[in-house]
Amino acid sequence: MTTAEWLDIGWVDQIPVRGSRTVQVEGGDDIAVFRTAEGKVFALLDRCPHKHGRLSQGIVHGGAVACPLHNWRISLSTGEALGEDKGCTPTVPVKIDGGRVLICRASTLKAAA
Amino acid sequence: MEHCPLKPEGDTRDHLVVIGNGMAGCRAVEELLARDPARYRVTIFGAEPRVNYNRIMLSPVLAGEKCFDDIVINDADWYAANGIALVAGDPVVAIDRAAKTVTTRGGVTEGYDRLLIATGSDPFIIPVPGKDLPGVIAFRDMDDVDTMLAAADAGGDAVVIGGGLLGLEAAHGLSLRGMKVTVIHLMPTLMERQLDEAAGWLLKQALEGRGQTILTGADTAEIVGNGKVEGVKLKDGTLIPASLVVMAVGIRPSVALARDAGLAVGRGIQVDDHMVTSDPAVLAVGECVEHDGQVYGLVAPLWDMCRSLADGLVEQPTGYRGSVTSTKLKVSGIDVFSAGDFSGGDGCEDIVLRDASRGVYKRVIVRDDRIVGAVLYGDTADGNWYFDLLKKQEDVSQLRDLLIFGQAFAAGGGAADPKAAVAALSDDAEICGCNGVTKGQVVSCIVKGARSLDAVRGTCKASASCGSCTGVVENLLALTLGDDVQSGPKTMCKCTSFGHDDVRREIVAQAMRSIPEVMQKLHWTTPDGCSSCRPALNYYLLCALPGDYVDDQQSRFVNERMHANIQKDGTYSVVPRMWGGLTNPTELRAIADVVEKFNAPMVKVTGGQRLDIFGIKKEDLPAVWADLNAAGMVSGHAYGKSLRTVKTCVGSEWCRFGTQDSTGLGVKVERMSWGSWMPHKFKIAVSGCPRNCAEATIKDFGIVCVDSGYELHVGGNGGIHVRATDLLCKVATEQEAMDTCAAFIQLYREEGRYLERTAPWIERVGVEYVKRRIVDDAAGREALRARFLYSQSFSQDDPWAQRADGAEAEHHAPMARFIPQERAFLEEMGA
Repeated sequence: MTTAEWLDIGWVDQIPVRGSRTVQVEGGDDIAVFRTAEGKVFALLDRCPHKHGRLSQGIVHGGAVACPLHNWRISLSTGEALGEDKGCTPTVPVKIDGGRVLICRASTLKAAA
Repeated sequence: MEHCPLKPEGDTRDHLVVIGNGMAGCRAVEELLARDPARYRVTIFGAEPRVNYNRIMLSPVLAGEKCFDDIVINDADWYAANGIALVAGDPVVAIDRAAKTVTTRGGVTEGYDRLLIATGSDPFIIPVPGKDLPGVIAFRDMDDVDTMLAAADAGGDAVVIGGGLLGLEAAHGLSLRGMKVTVIHLMPTLMERQLDEAAGWLLKQALEGRGQTILTGADTAEIVGNGKVEGVKLKDGTLIPASLVVMAVGIRPSVALARDAGLAVGRGIQVDDHMVTSDPAVLAVGECVEHDGQVYGLVAPLWDMCRSLADGLVEQPTGYRGSVTSTKLKVSGIDVFSAGDFSGGDGCEDIVLRDASRGVYKRVIVRDDRIVGAVLYGDTADGNWYFDLLKKQEDVSQLRDLLIFGQAFAAGGGAADPKAAVAALSDDAEICGCNGVTKGQVVSCIVKGARSLDAVRGTCKASASCGSCTGVVENLLALTLGDDVQSGPKTMCKCTSFGHDDVRREIVAQAMRSIPEVMQKLHWTTPDGCSSCRPALNYYLLCALPGDYVDDQQSRFVNERMHANIQKDGTYSVVPRMWGGLTNPTELRAIADVVEKFNAPMVKVTGGQRLDIFGIKKEDLPAVWADLNAAGMVSGHAYGKSLRTVKTCVGSEWCRFGTQDSTGLGVKVERMSWGSWMPHKFKIAVSGCPRNCAEATIKDFGIVCVDSGYELHVGGNGGIHVRATDLLCKVATEQEAMDTCAAFIQLYREEGRYLERTAPWIERVGVEYVKRRIVDDAAGREALRARFLYSQSFSQDDPWAQRADGAEAEHHAPMARFIPQERAFLEEMGA
């Protein structure tokens, strides 16, 4: 449940495996919430460090997502661009509690500001 | 069988009496004779009226591959030469341990000093009504075989109950003898105690291919018949006619004699490590015994037991420590081997090799660097080697990389270094099992100029099929050429060593059905691929399995997942289909309404004669589509690796130069080909005369109308590298133009690599190749066309309508909405 520190955004099952959903943050960028094939959940600002592509629309593979605009690969755990590319997307801490996905309130506010 | 004299005059040696003239009893005597031939006077009692024969070879006798004389182990001369008295056909019915005598059914009583019980096992007869009807038999001895042969002579239907080793061998024999055989097996997989599911499935396919009916998960209710067997009724009510029923559901240690004599009996006659029962004067060996809680129904443990028994009899005890067993199915042409534990589980690693073209499945199970089990199907040559490693508990960590390829590779010297292992192979060692290519042939083809993996695959075919020997071939290249090796074929991506063509061929050859299956079978190096290979695999499977394959949305690029084109600001553009570039007031009004209703900032006419509505938000897409659908418009697929548009000029209906109805033909072609997924986007144009206003000669497929018919052009591209089309052919009628178009699209769909437009594809394969396939080969053209139309029957379903109806709403709606200003109000979105 939502607390002073965590925002309860829904069930893990609502995020497709190897896919993503977004959390709209009024007045800021969306947060993209990813679920990998292994079942891990990550959250990043939904904005590629390159040309601000919507990472939530990319292909999730392993622990990375490929940006739909120019195929930059972004690490889901660190937000860092992988390979030759340089850049970083802010990450948002996530925890799973009883099948619910909770994202860090402070990071969400900061990332979306 | 005549009786030999039981007690020669003046023989004062200890008397060893053996109950059981089967494999265990006689083997024990042989082992004893090998150690000390004079020590005991030996008498053997056998229930069957014949000399000692190899029971496990009854299956080949039934199958007609051997006769009884071929499977005799010890003939009458052997008994005579070794002074062994044989009482055959008169079974022992009682043991008197106090008096140390045995008594036969015929009333013969014989004293013993040591007694060896080797009564083997009895077939288990399931207690169903009708089990005693004439024509219901087991498969245990030569009499059973004779009964089956007599039944087979009369022909008709046979039912074998039990799909284990023995049952399948009986079914095979009866089938070869001309009977129509049905196997009824209680479990879901054949030979489930010896095979895993994959191998069991392959076996079932093979047996069904030979005409047997295999019913798994089938439970026998009763055997029906009036005075003799007439059929088998299953619990689900199915009645299977049969003039012969063979029960082969299992065996039970034959312990009645021992139990009556008061010996300790559990599941079998309990023995110690020296095969001594609870009575020191009485020994037991073979399938009738229980050692250390284990009962065995296979032949190999028996050899080990007999050795320990004989060591004990000559007072040089060694001790039996139990056996690990292995199994081979004796059905000619079907090679199956299994050993040890293949149930997997924690800490177990599976090493799997599948070779669909040879029908081979190999699985070796390793735990803590030791082999704990092996299942081999189709190629069992290395069964004994794996079994040996298993029994010896050898550390296989040094062999691991090559283990699955078998002894020839893995034990070829210098095992730690695959290159050295390859170097150590002999010239006639087979490298590529699929194509039967030896090391010598590969090396000679490299020496003759094949300097890359691709070149080797192209010349001698090594590693061109399943690819499992790719590493070995690469090592041969390195060994033969040193640094001169040319880099291999361009692989699909970093996740695989295969190129696009290899992957596609294997998908078809191995009838693969899903992305994980492809990754598994082709040894993908990443768990779930990457953004390059996943969309390609998704397309290849979709193309190979029209109507059957379930599209993986997470392996689609965003535009195909969202059915719209993502723009740099994250909004989408929407292009409704306008057939042949024609539109009408209703469509135009609907588009205008959508633009206003959703505040689309821009509308533009596209290069392909369509209207593109820009700036639509992800959440609004389903509503936009609903409105466009309502006006009769469907997805224009402006976003897909698929048919984009068919561009037309006005043609003979209006134009003073027009020679044919180019707009009408354009509409027909677009109706035929819309919705089909392709390796890349595909554009078509139809021009009404050679002035070519529709620019048909820079399209993937271009039709230029002339007075006498239609010129068909292919492989054009107006992109970065402008390429004018090649003329494919000229045809006389609209129908021929449409048919050729369909065939061309299908050829491209089947052979073009993912993300390869028709222009580079044709540059790669040559327009002459395309002409041969499409123009010269009329039957081939027709087959391609038919495959395209079949595939189209599943793809012309408007994705917009599905989404507008609420399908996959999660693609469009956010999961939650967070409004910081109002003290962190959080709204869940449902979906």
